Amino acid sequence: MTPAIQVHELTKKYGNLVAVDNISFEIKQGEIFGLLGPNGAGKTTTLSMLSTMQKPTSGTATVQGKDVEKNEDEVRKAIGIVFQDQSLDEELTAGENMDFHGRLYRIPPDERNQRIDSLLRLVELYDRKKDIVKTFSGGMRRRLEIARGLLHHPSVLFLDEPTLGLDPQTRNHLWQYIADLSKEKHITIILTTHYMEEADRLCDRIAIIDHGSIIALDTPQNLKNGIGGDIITIQTPDFNTATEVLSEPWIHRIETHNDEIRIFLMNAEQHISDIITRVNQQNITIHSVSIHKPTLEDVFLSFTGKTIREQEINGKEMMRMHMRRGKR
Amino acid sequence: MDIIYTIWLRSMIRYIRSKSRIVGSISMPLFFLLFLGFGLNSVVRIPGLGENYIQFLIPGMVAMSVLFTSVFSGIQIIWDKQFGFLKETLVAPVTRMEIMLGQTFGGATTALIQGIIIMVISLFVGLQVQSVIGFFIALGFMVLIGISFTAFGIAIASRMEDMTGFQLIMNFVVFPIFGLSGALFPISSLPSWIAPVTMIDPLTYGVEGIRYGLTGVSQINPVLSFMVIGGFACIMTIIGAFLFRKISI
Repeated sequence: MTPAIQVHELTKKYGNLVAVDNISFEIKQGEIFGLLGPNGAGKTTTLSMLSTMQKPTSGTATVQGKDVEKNEDEVRKAIGIVFQDQSLDEELTAGENMDFHGRLYRIPPDERNQRIDSLLRLVELYDRKKDIVKTFSGGMRRRLEIARGLLHHPSVLFLDEPTLGLDPQTRNHLWQYIADLSKEKHITIILTTHYMEEADRLCDRIAIIDHGSIIALDTPQNLKNGIGGDIITIQTPDFNTATEVLSEPWIHRIETHNDEIRIFLMNAEQHISDIITRVNQQNITIHSVSIHKPTLEDVFLSFTGKTIREQEINGKEMMRMHMRRGKR
Repeated sequence: MDIIYTIWLRSMIRYIRSKSRIVGSISMPLFFLLFLGFGLNSVVRIPGLGENYIQFLIPGMVAMSVLFTSVFSGIQIIWDKQFGFLKETLVAPVTRMEIMLGQTFGGATTALIQGIIIMVISLFVGLQVQSVIGFFIALGFMVLIGISFTAFGIAIASRMEDMTGFQLIMNFVVFPIFGLSGALFPISSLPSWIAPVTMIDPLTYGVEGIRYGLTGVSQINPVLSFMVIGGFACIMTIIGAFLFRKISI
């Protein structure tokens, strides 16, 4: 079976800034694939190229076997897209927004009306069909946009930061929708996010993307396993000495980050008292100790040496500098 | 055609919903009509119409309402850009030409309706339509003005980032086009140095065309008027389509 999406050495440059740097990956049919990374990492740019909104500088990409540059219209027919920023007409009703979309994709009237009703029921907006979108909450708008993206029966659905700016409850709700959707309709879903939890919970496979490059690509479980067991985090002002006293064969690896020591090891529960004793013997102050199972945040940290939030600040700086340069 | 119709349909739905915009954009030509019309009616003598300034002014005000509505309709694409809706249309499997033409016809239709509203109101302040054919000639010219200036608005909107430049365009482009068009005064009574400027203003031919249709009198041959404003509509549509093709979001 042809992969839903094939990306080969895809690159996008804006002047000197390399937004997407020579990335390659494949997405299988029916998969939920996540692009995880900080803002400004190149996720949305990748999505814009895959959805034919922007031309790649070099490299190729195909969606359902169709080239995004040479076969624009075929790609557009095959994909549904929910943009990061809202793209509804607020002056129109929910039903009219759907209808407009259906007409743009040339769905015959009878079928159009039938699909609109069933999709609005799916996202629980059927009773608001005749209401103007202006009166909708953020979560309702997102749901409407997802319904609209599905109207022309795309085989690949792009979701760009689908839960950005939504409250936790709505977010949970939406995650459920997306998971059900992929199961029931066998749609390939590619989503971008900078929420670790979202990627972990929804995605079959994740590509971690930073500064335009893919730095890791695997299932969430494998990514977390790859880190090497559990993590004990010790907060101490004296982390250099503390690192020195801890050299045991059962310690997989030690990383220091800000004023934290992060110790990677198997069966952390058995060894924690040992570790604390050793550190105490050297009269090193310990502010706090915690044990946790690895999360994607740890994966990101161990690959980039930074947390995703720290990286985001850098990304924004870079964008700002780039914008300024562009204006001059 | 179905896509052009879809975009047109959206413009119509939005137009019907925006009551304040309808009232807002007929108020200015209406006030002009009432204040200037009644104020100057007894003072101004118009060649060919005698002491009937209101009769002279009405076609000008109809043209004014079509002009402003259509420029505004075209420029509204900036809102679509800012509110994200344009992306929804651009990512669909349709050509940009279809989107642009849909917008143009949508804008021209709203402008035509606005013009007709002014025409209907004018019936109460003294408009006497000369003939049914004349009425349709006037409508034809209104459509051409509408297409020209909606396309003009789209062309400008395609190059503008946000609405901040809107006032500038209104004051330095649209208002001079209106002021020099002979909507308010007969072009023959202008000093000779300014007359050529009037003759290169495409709206002059639109106003004269409407005037010919409604009053039966015009200073420019209606066939010439038709050719100039018709040609201008074609050129503006081509320029608008060209610039809209290059729009990026």
